[in-house]
Amino acid sequence: MTIKNRKLHINNISLTITAVLFVALFTFGSVSYDQFFSLSTFLNLFNDNAYLIIASVGVTFVLLTGGIDISIASTIAFTCVFSAYLLRLGVAEYIVIPLVLLIGILLGLGMGYMIQEYKLQPFIVTLAGQFFMRGLCSVISTQSIPITNEFYKHVALNKIKLGSGKIYYYVFIALIIIFAAVYLLKYTRFGRCIYAIGGNEQSANLMGLPVRRTKITVYAISSFCAALAGVVFSFYTLAGYSLQNIGLELDAISSAVIGGTLLTGGVGSVLGTTVGVLIQGIIQTIVTYQNLNTWWTKVAIAALLCIFIVIQRMISSRTEKGKR
Amino acid sequence: MNTEPILIELLHITKKYSEAVVALNDVRFQLNRGEIHALLGENGAGKSTLIKVLTGVEKRNSGIISFEGKEINPRSPQEAQDIGISTVYQEVNLCPNLSVAENIYIGREPKKGGRIDWNAINNQAKKLMEKFDLDINVTKRLDSYSVAIQQMVAIARASDISAKVLILDEPTSSLSRLEVDKLFDTMRLLRSQGMGIIFVTHFLDQVYEVTDTITVLRNGEYVGTYATAQLSRVELVGKMIGKEYSQISDKLQPHVEAETEGKLFADLQEVTGLGTVRDMNMSICYGEVLGLSGLLGSGRSETARLIFGIDKIEKGDLEIKGERVSLKSTLDAIKAGIAFCPEDRKTDGIVGDLSVRENIILALQAKKGMLNRITRQEAEEIAEQYIKKLEIKTPTSEQLVKNLSGGNQQKVILARWLATNPELLILDEPTRGIDIGTKAEIQKIVTDLAKQGMAVIFISSEIDEMLRCCSRIAILRDYKKIAEIKGSAISEQTIMRYIAGGEIDEKDY
Amino acid sequence: MKKITRITGWQAFWPIMILLGILIFNVIITGGSFLEMKIVDHHLYGRIIDIIRNGSKLMLLSIGLTLVLATGGTDISVGSTMAISGAVACSIISGTLLTGVGGNVFVAILVALLAGAACGAWNGFLVSKIKIQPIVATMILMVAGRGIAQLITRGKIVTVNSDAYYFINGGYIFGLPFPLFIVGFALLLSLLLTKRTAFGLFLEATGCNSNASKFTGIHVSKIKFLVYTCSGILAAIAGLIESAGIKGADCNNAGLMIELDAILAVAIGGTSLNGGRFSIPASIVGAIILQSITTTVYAIGVPPEIIQVIKAVLVIIICLFQSTQFKTAMMNKLRIRKVA
Repeated sequence: MTIKNRKLHINNISLTITAVLFVALFTFGSVSYDQFFSLSTFLNLFNDNAYLIIASVGVTFVLLTGGIDISIASTIAFTCVFSAYLLRLGVAEYIVIPLVLLIGILLGLGMGYMIQEYKLQPFIVTLAGQFFMRGLCSVISTQSIPITNEFYKHVALNKIKLGSGKIYYYVFIALIIIFAAVYLLKYTRFGRCIYAIGGNEQSANLMGLPVRRTKITVYAISSFCAALAGVVFSFYTLAGYSLQNIGLELDAISSAVIGGTLLTGGVGSVLGTTVGVLIQGIIQTIVTYQNLNTWWTKVAIAALLCIFIVIQRMISSRTEKGKR
Repeated sequence: MNTEPILIELLHITKKYSEAVVALNDVRFQLNRGEIHALLGENGAGKSTLIKVLTGVEKRNSGIISFEGKEINPRSPQEAQDIGISTVYQEVNLCPNLSVAENIYIGREPKKGGRIDWNAINNQAKKLMEKFDLDINVTKRLDSYSVAIQQMVAIARASDISAKVLILDEPTSSLSRLEVDKLFDTMRLLRSQGMGIIFVTHFLDQVYEVTDTITVLRNGEYVGTYATAQLSRVELVGKMIGKEYSQISDKLQPHVEAETEGKLFADLQEVTGLGTVRDMNMSICYGEVLGLSGLLGSGRSETARLIFGIDKIEKGDLEIKGERVSLKSTLDAIKAGIAFCPEDRKTDGIVGDLSVRENIILALQAKKGMLNRITRQEAEEIAEQYIKKLEIKTPTSEQLVKNLSGGNQQKVILARWLATNPELLILDEPTRGIDIGTKAEIQKIVTDLAKQGMAVIFISSEIDEMLRCCSRIAILRDYKKIAEIKGSAISEQTIMRYIAGGEIDEKDY
Repeated sequence: MKKITRITGWQAFWPIMILLGILIFNVIITGGSFLEMKIVDHHLYGRIIDIIRNGSKLMLLSIGLTLVLATGGTDISVGSTMAISGAVACSIISGTLLTGVGGNVFVAILVALLAGAACGAWNGFLVSKIKIQPIVATMILMVAGRGIAQLITRGKIVTVNSDAYYFINGGYIFGLPFPLFIVGFALLLSLLLTKRTAFGLFLEATGCNSNASKFTGIHVSKIKFLVYTCSGILAAIAGLIESAGIKGADCNNAGLMIELDAILAVAIGGTSLNGGRFSIPASIVGAIILQSITTTVYAIGVPPEIIQVIKAVLVIIICLFQSTQFKTAMMNKLRIRKVA
């Protein structure tokens, strides 16, 4: 069932480095700090980063086609603020959640359409999307809106005990998304088409694959995942605030890159991305344990991203040379 | 099953890009079941346009295409493929990041329970590759294999999509002899199964080795269709270049400069590039036009790139005016007095969105350095001077270069380099895709420059043109120089023989 | 006739027309008070002066971005660079950084500019040498830069007490606000650089066709490195103006979301975001247009939060009009309607 290909290729090298890095960081934490080494620490990585996992998985789809989406952080913020606003107005949660998810999909479709049909640069379109959604947040409210809805509270606070640790209900949403994404990318025509486009768009076109449809859809998936991440984030914080999650798009993209996704497209995996998120979670945890300024996390992640991109570049330029 | 022997028939095909540029004029073509049919012609003869029309990439202006007796009008390669016409291009059009098996089956994967059945894909792919006598691991990434194997995978994919017509567009230019053999076996196998194959190539050897029928095009016109066995090599060359054999033999003597040896400008000693040219020895003198002849991928352009400092010289020495130099960038080469008109005018030559004036002064400005700006007035003077001298047809020097015709764009690039006052001018396919009139003008400019003492390297696929321009010709094959002829020794036949490699093939690649 | 086409063909022509339109609109809705200027203590005050003073940061950034966009790149780290330069300058003046210089304002400014240059050079290095896509390369600094600024100020909002430093934003020379002179100086320098040397030509050639440019002997990677460095320095100056204005360094909010404004200003100025032809004066006009829109929005009483949304829509509209695919699609639609 498993395809044992891609040996000694870029993603495998990165993925190995990533896995080793994760273990190393975890070991480092365990040695340095008391009470670090526990199931609870590990599970908390999921509890605290469920929303980031969802968003990163979404953006992985776009990156695989060779595109980029930097609107996701704002989409998350918008989803939180808008849900909080609607809930405060007394709209029921079973209307709010589908509604915000639908808005996410529509935003993605709109951006994808402009990128694909009018050949606009993905970064400009999604940058505009980023400001559009962030602007809408402030239009709705510049203050933080608390969420008091019973359903939200229920999902936010309930958890399953597991040994010394616990898993919140909303973590399962992230797990479902991971499994769905793995299935989609590996066992459906749509998923394989994404890889083909990332490998060589012109070839994909000549082989008769639905390039246009696929490219628009990946942006819809990315925005949908961002909206879903927003829903999960509102479970996590029980509030909506227009300035939350600034810079999260970099976290999501670097998760994907650290997890072995090539920014030029065609190579990468959802599982790798997930490990990428967990690494960021561990860095965050270590920074907390070390009692450092939380901004260190951002700087460390940016540095890590840099290193991984440079490694990617080095490997790919070496293979290019080797081929000539 | 339809047993009509004629698979494809094209009649009265005309394709005009504009009123002046007629790519195909009333061309016909016929492909039968179980036939390997060579489509031949020099560059610009219309081979690729014909293929593009057939596969729906380009729209024809008039003419009829019928497939198994029924008229068809494919609007995209995809539609052509659905009808049963598959194309394998020179550059492999597959996805390098996917496995071999997946490349064969993507878009039509076997499914089980709604999901892609990877076992079935891998097993079927393995069987298919065995049919083509290829024992490779189909689960490995496509780009872990050589171009030849990628080519075979592309053919396997095309033939497996129950194609009835397979078009091979220059598939062999990057293959080794052994790989070519394998490809030919495959082609014969497919022929025996009743497939019709259109084979476009530059290699005459291969035409005689594998094809049944030959159709020749010249300057967008149909010349004729012949049984391969009944057309001699020399006759074929005659058809392609538009002269009968008898004419060739007493053809006007090539343009030969007085045989005085000019002073040496540059000297290549055992120059080897990374994965390209090997052990190249060559000298370039003032006042001569040195031709580099050979087929695509023989190392012509690669040699030029080495001399111009685009690619690094791995081994060996490049001496300019007796001194050993190492060119680290194109600017170094420019400063050493070298100029280079690249082969691909559009991507490497013109800067389309800038004006004629700016394009002309660009290299001179780079040579002078950033701080030493050429003033607007000087620039206009230089531009006007070359517009007049080279007869560039443009309303003003402010016209954007992308709005000029191909020939005038080429002249602009030529002007750009002449403005730097070079001692060596390298021209890579300077007349490709250019109308006959401008072509002749450019050829004249080149020979005049040499007369005035400039060293010129001239690269062209058209032997006719080489004969007219060059006083010395180096013939390359497979990244090596195999011969050098000059003066009265230069003749169409000699060059042809060396390039074709037929009779005088001392060692087989 | 020829003269008219020459004027309308000038890249800054349409931006200036738009600007005039906005100004006239403002004059009408304010009943003329928009144009009023008062001289108080030999200093000029008035709406227009406000626009220019508040728009000075954006104008500086748009100069830098014009250069970057002309090469076909982009720089979304300018906001963070502003934060860093403000943080550096304020930390030095308040004596928490480089304590040896005793809070010397000029040293502080110099080091802040150097920091900006370093930020830009870092971007330039990633783009030209490592060959990372500009958007990703500069996004790294966009996010990490604020962190770095936070680390410089140790996570606090640093306030400074220095009249010399305040002068950068609030000072007056010959009755005109000092930032105006900074912009004027930067504009002059950039025009000298692009018009009096061949730098401008090389930029346009690189942006149009970097392959061909390399073949003609232009050092494309050097050019790219240089433009990112310029953009970094200009962003650092803008950061100084900003922090002098709030009399301190606020790493979280300095230059927040200004990146899109700057790109938008350049786009309004008519420089293609795909690289090639550029005009710095036109970008400056674009920046003034943006600033006047903001002022207008306040004047007509629309909630200011909506500005961000309007700008995002504007960017897309401008991009659509630069897209050939969009133009042909629209043309086809028009034609069909005409036929019907």
